[in-house]
Amino acid sequence: MKQGFLSKNPSVLWFLAALGFFTLCVTVLSEAAGIGLISTSFVKTLGKTLCLCLVAVAMDVVWGYCGILSLGHFAFFGIGGYAIGMWLMYARTEIIVVKSLSAAAIPPTPEEITASVGQQIFGVVGATDFPWLWAFADSLFLQLLMVVLVPGLLALVFGWLAFRSRVTGVYLSILTQAMTLALSLYLFQNDSGLRGNNGLSGLQNIPGFEQTPQALISVWFFWASALALALGYVLFAWVVSGKMGSVVRGIRDNESRVRFLGYHVETYKLFVFTLTAVASGIAGALYYPQAGIINPAEIAPIASIYLAVWVAIGGRGRLYGAVLGAALVSLLSSWFTGGGAPNIPLGFYTIQWTDWWLVLLGLSFVAVTLFFPKGIGGLFDLIVRKGDQK
Amino acid sequence: MIRGGVCSRPATKQKRCGGIPRRIRVLRPGFGMPRHNGMDYMISKLSITALATTALVGLASAAAAQDCPIKVGVLHSLSGTMAISETTLKDTMLMLIEKQNAAGGVLGCQLEAVVKDPASDWPLFAEKARELISNDGVDVTFGSWTSSSRKAVLPILEELNALYFYPVQYEGEESSRNVFYTGAAPNQQAIPAVDYFLEELGVEKFALLGTDYVYPRTTNRILESYLKEKGIAAEDIFVNYTPFGQSDWATIVADVVALGADGKQVGVISTINGDANIGFYKELAAANVSADDIPVVAFSVGEEELSGLDTSNLVGHLAAWNYFMTADTPANAEFIEAWHAFIGDDMRVTNDPMEAHYIGFNMWVNAVEAAGTTDVDAVREAMWGQEFPNLTGGTAVMGTNHHLSKPVLIGEIRADGQFDIISQTEPVEGDAWTDFLPESAVLTSDWKDLGCGMYNTQTETCVQMKSNY
Amino acid sequence: MVRALLLAFALCLSLSGADAQTADQSPPETLQTVLQRHADEVANPGRRSVSVVIEDLVASGQPNVATFLERWQDKGVFQRSSDGLFFYAKRQGSEYALTDMSTGDSAGTAAADMITEIRPNGGVRRVIGAALVQFQLSDPDPARRVAALDAISRSPDADQIEPLRASIDGEQDPELKRRKERLAGHLRARFGETTEDRIDAISALSSDLDVATRSVLNLILTTTSEVAAKLPEGVNVARVLKVGSDIPEAEAYARLVAADLAPRPVSDDEIKAALTANIREGRVGGLPVGQLGSRESRENAYDALAAQGAVPARVTAEIRTAALSSNVFYDAYADRDPQVTDAARTALDEVEARVARYQMIDIGMDALSLASIYFLAAIGLAITFGVMGVINMAHGEFIMMGAYTGYVVQLFIPDYTISLLVALPLAFAVTFGAGVAMERLVIRHLYHRPLETLLATFGISIALQQLAKNIFGTQARPLTSPGWLDGAWVINDVVQIANIRIAIFVLALIFLGLILFVLKRTRLGLEVRSVTQNPGMAASMGINPDRINMLTFGLGSGIAGIAGVAIGLYAKVTSEMGADYIVQSFMTVVVGGVGNVWGTLAGASLIGGLQKGIEWFNPSNTLAAQTYMILFIILFIQFRPKGIVALKGRAAGD
Repeated sequence: MKQGFLSKNPSVLWFLAALGFFTLCVTVLSEAAGIGLISTSFVKTLGKTLCLCLVAVAMDVVWGYCGILSLGHFAFFGIGGYAIGMWLMYARTEIIVVKSLSAAAIPPTPEEITASVGQQIFGVVGATDFPWLWAFADSLFLQLLMVVLVPGLLALVFGWLAFRSRVTGVYLSILTQAMTLALSLYLFQNDSGLRGNNGLSGLQNIPGFEQTPQALISVWFFWASALALALGYVLFAWVVSGKMGSVVRGIRDNESRVRFLGYHVETYKLFVFTLTAVASGIAGALYYPQAGIINPAEIAPIASIYLAVWVAIGGRGRLYGAVLGAALVSLLSSWFTGGGAPNIPLGFYTIQWTDWWLVLLGLSFVAVTLFFPKGIGGLFDLIVRKGDQK
Repeated sequence: MIRGGVCSRPATKQKRCGGIPRRIRVLRPGFGMPRHNGMDYMISKLSITALATTALVGLASAAAAQDCPIKVGVLHSLSGTMAISETTLKDTMLMLIEKQNAAGGVLGCQLEAVVKDPASDWPLFAEKARELISNDGVDVTFGSWTSSSRKAVLPILEELNALYFYPVQYEGEESSRNVFYTGAAPNQQAIPAVDYFLEELGVEKFALLGTDYVYPRTTNRILESYLKEKGIAAEDIFVNYTPFGQSDWATIVADVVALGADGKQVGVISTINGDANIGFYKELAAANVSADDIPVVAFSVGEEELSGLDTSNLVGHLAAWNYFMTADTPANAEFIEAWHAFIGDDMRVTNDPMEAHYIGFNMWVNAVEAAGTTDVDAVREAMWGQEFPNLTGGTAVMGTNHHLSKPVLIGEIRADGQFDIISQTEPVEGDAWTDFLPESAVLTSDWKDLGCGMYNTQTETCVQMKSNY
Repeated sequence: MVRALLLAFALCLSLSGADAQTADQSPPETLQTVLQRHADEVANPGRRSVSVVIEDLVASGQPNVATFLERWQDKGVFQRSSDGLFFYAKRQGSEYALTDMSTGDSAGTAAADMITEIRPNGGVRRVIGAALVQFQLSDPDPARRVAALDAISRSPDADQIEPLRASIDGEQDPELKRRKERLAGHLRARFGETTEDRIDAISALSSDLDVATRSVLNLILTTTSEVAAKLPEGVNVARVLKVGSDIPEAEAYARLVAADLAPRPVSDDEIKAALTANIREGRVGGLPVGQLGSRESRENAYDALAAQGAVPARVTAEIRTAALSSNVFYDAYADRDPQVTDAARTALDEVEARVARYQMIDIGMDALSLASIYFLAAIGLAITFGVMGVINMAHGEFIMMGAYTGYVVQLFIPDYTISLLVALPLAFAVTFGAGVAMERLVIRHLYHRPLETLLATFGISIALQQLAKNIFGTQARPLTSPGWLDGAWVINDVVQIANIRIAIFVLALIFLGLILFVLKRTRLGLEVRSVTQNPGMAASMGINPDRINMLTFGLGSGIAGIAGVAIGLYAKVTSEMGADYIVQSFMTVVVGGVGNVWGTLAGASLIGGLQKGIEWFNPSNTLAAQTYMILFIILFIQFRPKGIVALKGRAAGD
């Protein structure tokens, strides 16, 4: 069956081949391999881009294929990051604390260890006790489970409530936006138990690998991100092809008609919504150890809107479009805002891209929605069609 | 002394003499014209100096460490919510570097500023710091305003063993091997201000209002503990946290006024940050609360913050800092004049973190000259005990716990947005670990003799070498 | 040369001799000589120590003491560095003109660095103010009388009763007379001679509710926390505390320890330290060191040590319980007179009940004010999103444009009232124009693709925000309200509301009326409604839908501009201010019910009221209030997806 699916979707194979080649290139050119043509910080950047591509693919499935414009998928991304971040912080701090306490004449009690770890982690927010949220923070396995379960459950409950009440269209968009806003406001509180505005930090230091250079760790995470993107891409490509994909697209184009045909629309929507949320959570769990820090500003509503914009620019309804959009727009904006683009002197005024890039970006959204509703992916179609005509 | 003989310095020096002094290179030019806030986010995801040239960066940085000019990183937000405060500090650094270059640079090398914009986004601070250190090969970095951003940068600094100067008053409870804290620790700002409230104003009931982030949280926790030690009952301490940019202050101001109902003198200790102060002071004025009824002492409101405000209603409210622009010394007059000339605007004010950068930068220059190299460990050791005159008179000394000793000033707001200095203490040594929290009271920091930033004096062990971030 | 020196020496001698003489013979004492006696204290006064100077000054009976105290308080006194003499001084150009304090004559000038301004701090100023009371209570200048009364209410004192009473009869100003009488009542309640007098004064207070009254009653009712083996005689007990319910056990035991009524508990840290100190050959208290990794074994080891007498015994649960049950915890009034405290308690209860009622009203007014701000921010959206169904993410940026328009107008027109009158219509015009342009260029191409409108307008939103930053910088810009909008409408000490908020409320009402009028009573409104309900049919009736859409969108945007001016007046003008309001505004419209102005009103009231309500329950955390409010909205929409005021029938559309 798998074979059949892949042969029906040659683009998936093309994508996997390209991703594999890219991964190989980056690995060979990285500092870890000794060549160092690509600096460690750029390997991290590329690894993070791959994670963003994965969320973008998820977003494309939920919006481009199922027609739900979710403005809250970054909340799931952030939750994934927080879940893994809790373990990273706990385990790292525990190692330090145990080492320090073992210098004393008598061995430490479990209470002492927990208290010291709590004080180290929560000292910055003026607390010392562990909140209940951290009940499983000492177990990597359980926290990894959280990466999948928490976004999944949240999406399930939220989606069930929303779809059941037939909240659709822009209302649903605003509702998802409210969800991510509520979550980020909650996390901004220092009492939330997740260190408020500071967020969780020092996540690039992997417990147990203190002596391993970041050059190597960055490559490991790059591989993991590439693998996750590859698997996610194949999974979603499979979901949107075949009968299931047809129903999902049908829901996008005319929900009532699909319902009258006897399909349980809500179940399909809920499945897609939850699955993409889980994928976003996994992407987040891989992203934040590379970024090194997660804080509530990451899941502010604006983040999810950008996500929609990437997908729109890349081209909705095409998985590779989402990947293209996410990679292109985010890399371009860092090029422009990082001072990479040359300024344009106009004589009376100099256009500095650091100041004007956003204006350009904003106007290009408008242009894309007005003139290229199919995004960059649409351009491919044009080229392919022209090739066919020849 | 150095100017003439630089090129003949021994070749063992890390820095060789460069030929032509280069212009200051600024990657993010222009002040006051920063970017969109929403963008912070996107840049945070992926940011690199230049997409096309990145591949070469690794090679370039290896070569740069051996060469003039000496690179000075400047890591202040030029966009986003913190740009209001931090842009000024970036300009201060550029001014100091320009002045130093005009005076012949350091070790005969010209200094080159490498400015990055972390856009008020903590993850971006971490990313930009790594770029500065490993790609641009800076020898020292001056940066950060919020504690959160400093905590974000810490792991990178300690991993790559870099040097960082942090110029803002902060909550303490930290002493990193790689950071020099030129702003005030709580015992250099908050505690003296509370003493002033208790002693001079006879305040018996305290409202601790703050923005909800690490500095107000920790400072208020220290103050609560301190106040209880001073005999203030727990029910006489009212604590409130508001989000960044809070604008609806009516209820909170009413609550504070109502605190006076039991006949005790009420005082407000404000750690409210940034924009939110505008609404807070407007509401205070609207509620007709004068400084004689309920004095407010602010730890985050200085000349810069007041310059956007009509201060006629705020006259008499207080602020505690280590520097006020009204300080009457020749050094300060000279500094203000240089600042006005550099920025091209005689209306611009100076403030405390600017002085902190002034002291920090000059100490670093002297330490590099003393060490004869920009090597991080050598400079770090040369920093201990460095002395430099304050702009307010007296001399600042860098302690082995990486904190300065500076005098504490209390100022009253005047109608023109400046402060009348009404109290000035002797120099106070910055205390990395506060004495007013039981778990910190046993800790001390001494990088010279103990070689540890978090040393438990009870068990006589070093709790940890790296910081807890 | 030698002679000149000698002469000078002699002169000095004779001068100092003269000084000594005057000091001995004392007579011509002036203000200056009194001040010179305390020169250090006058130049650097402290709250606790300054009273010596003031007492001496008042006792000296010099005629200018009151003037001096006032000037001193206002930072008008300067000290000349050369001779340490004090002067009044005024800045004249780069120099200061000095005035002699006794005679009021000019005493020449001094350069700025030759004299020091004396800056008494707030605490000292209050002490000075209290000393000035006796001079000011009957002063012909009402401002001084007010200052005196302020000083009394800030630092009330038994000595003030008599002068205050004496000044009441001569008081001409009825307002001030009432205040003096009330203050006298306050003083009498606290410092009255007899119990009857005090109770009388106290019961008169029960009809007030201001902070000063409450503080008087609370001060009478000040209690101290005590603990004793038995309730002592002759103590005015406020209440007896029950351990566990009134006071937590740990705290109660700590009090016992503090009062030396129970042994100090041994903390975990102390146990650890004691064990560490008593390690003998790898064992302590009979246990090998390696086994001390749990709390229980540590306690066992410690107990073993205690049995040997090496360390003090632990306080066991039994000892604790026994100690707690054999002692009484109580609060005692500082005031020994039970009649007075009872009367004060009754009066305070009455006052507090009234305060609580007024607080509800105050919260209600705050909620109303917040609701009107939300309404004002959302009403433009109610038209563009609610009526036309266009999602305009740049709505917040129109608010921002309006606010910046107000700021720019103030740059050109310095009079705040006139500039406000110009700014309001101008802001409308600017954003109307921007709205029309946006509708023509972008939105009309996307009427059938609402989700894409969202994206396109979001693009415009970030472009506009960045443009504002490029033009105005990131600094918050001041938008100053005219003087008559400063201050607050004070109903009583509990209920008051800032004038600017009232103005915003009125503005919101005006717009509600205006929009209802436009939509329901004008030709344009009729056409708007017809186009939104059925564009095709409307077009066939001769209505130009393009024109109507354009005008409607312009109207909605224009109102956002005016809202921007109002919001800028009460908060701040930054390029990001629009973003602060956009999500709230959408929720207001959605919660209220799309397509209905009344719905927006209901939505704004619900959200404003809810937020204030949650804040009232949890006053120390504003963020939590916002979080819970949004959660509530999410749930609310699940159960009422069409909002509070849902359209029925065909108009509801989808």
